[in-house]
Amino acid sequence: MKDYGASATPAETVQVATSGDVVTARQMVRTLAQRGGLGLVHQTKLVTAASELGRNMLVYGGGGVVRAAALSDAGRSGIYVEFRDEGPGIPDVELALTDGWTSGNGMGLGLSGARRLVDEFDIASGPEGTTVRIVKWAR
Amino acid sequence: MKCGNGGTSTPALKVRAGRQIEILGEDDVAIESSTRLLAEKLTAERETFLSQWVRTIGEDLQGRLSMAELGRELGELYEAILQALGTGGLDGRGERYGEVRSLLIELSRNRARQGFTPTETARSVFALKEVLEPSLTGDQEGARAYLQFARLLDDLGLLTTEAYVRTREEIISSQAEQLLELSTPVVKLWDGVVGVPLVGTLDSARTQVVMEKLLQTLVDSDSTQAIIDITGVPTVDTQVAQHLLKTVVAARMMGAQCTISGIRPQIAQTIVALGIEFGDIPTNASLADALRQAVAEVAKESENDARGLL
Repeated sequence: MKDYGASATPAETVQVATSGDVVTARQMVRTLAQRGGLGLVHQTKLVTAASELGRNMLVYGGGGVVRAAALSDAGRSGIYVEFRDEGPGIPDVELALTDGWTSGNGMGLGLSGARRLVDEFDIASGPEGTTVRIVKWAR
Repeated sequence: MKCGNGGTSTPALKVRAGRQIEILGEDDVAIESSTRLLAEKLTAERETFLSQWVRTIGEDLQGRLSMAELGRELGELYEAILQALGTGGLDGRGERYGEVRSLLIELSRNRARQGFTPTETARSVFALKEVLEPSLTGDQEGARAYLQFARLLDDLGLLTTEAYVRTREEIISSQAEQLLELSTPVVKLWDGVVGVPLVGTLDSARTQVVMEKLLQTLVDSDSTQAIIDITGVPTVDTQVAQHLLKTVVAARMMGAQCTISGIRPQIAQTIVALGIEFGDIPTNASLADALRQAVAEVAKESENDARGLL
């Protein structure tokens, strides 16, 4: 995935430390998506993906930062969202992206489902933390 | 707030109880004399200072608090500060200021509940500086005492803000609890049919409340049909879905049929993309459809009853 992080400015950020913060982050993404001209279905998909990834970050990464910004690239406009935590990392990213696989007690669809809900999805994980970046284009 | 003990400055020796020798820095000596000066000043001009203090704050609050009450509050506070000064020390977080702190916390709590701003609350303390300023800053020793007292008042002012915020947080969390109760009503829609209109975010705590209420209402109203309406739930992610599924399974275990209604087009598409399967749980786009089906089910059951089949 192209590195949209730098071009996506000004970005809004939300610190996620409690499940209430996940709701705050979700609302921020929803507001941006509405302003960015995404349709209702796209908005809902993006917000749901943000909810999944935000909660994953909280539950498995011990919280982190959500950064979101409007984006325009090659005539398209969209929303970029980045989730960065400093947790222990995901040992096997491929496995974690498998439907139905969970290391906790969830449904095991959060990460894989979020990937299906957005247009671009990138995950980088190591012992120093995990960063997930997603983009949803307005069409 | 502890001042440094002088470091490289010449220490003054003080002999106490015969053998014990304490080394005090210049600062400590200065604090002691300042404290004494302050205590004397505050005792001598008690009436003037207190009435001026009450008047200053009274003007700020513009009659939103009765002068009599304000006078009583500040009078108590004044006495407590004076007493703490008399026993020595200017450390607002120290043991000697326990009484002052508890009075201030009480004051902040009242202000927070009555809707005053944090600034207005902290001003109650800071105003005492203005009152003391003209009579203390005349000479050098007085000015030093004033500065040290101002430092103490700054600390106490911060304390009121802390207490104010804490009270506000308590109010918010108790309201959140009340909201939790309010936002999850279980209503009887028809004979044998109960409904739960869910609004807002569905987390574990709310699911627990919904589940408990729904199961209890099913028993109390002798119902066999339950409808959970999620029209007011803006985001259905895997956590919400999991909570919904658990509630449905629990209702089924009690012999009730459970329908989820209010699935809007965008929610349906999102659920499919996420890969959540609702299995054989009946779902509907609108509450009206769900109710029609539930009523039909109830009617079928009673028909069977009438025929004497059951």
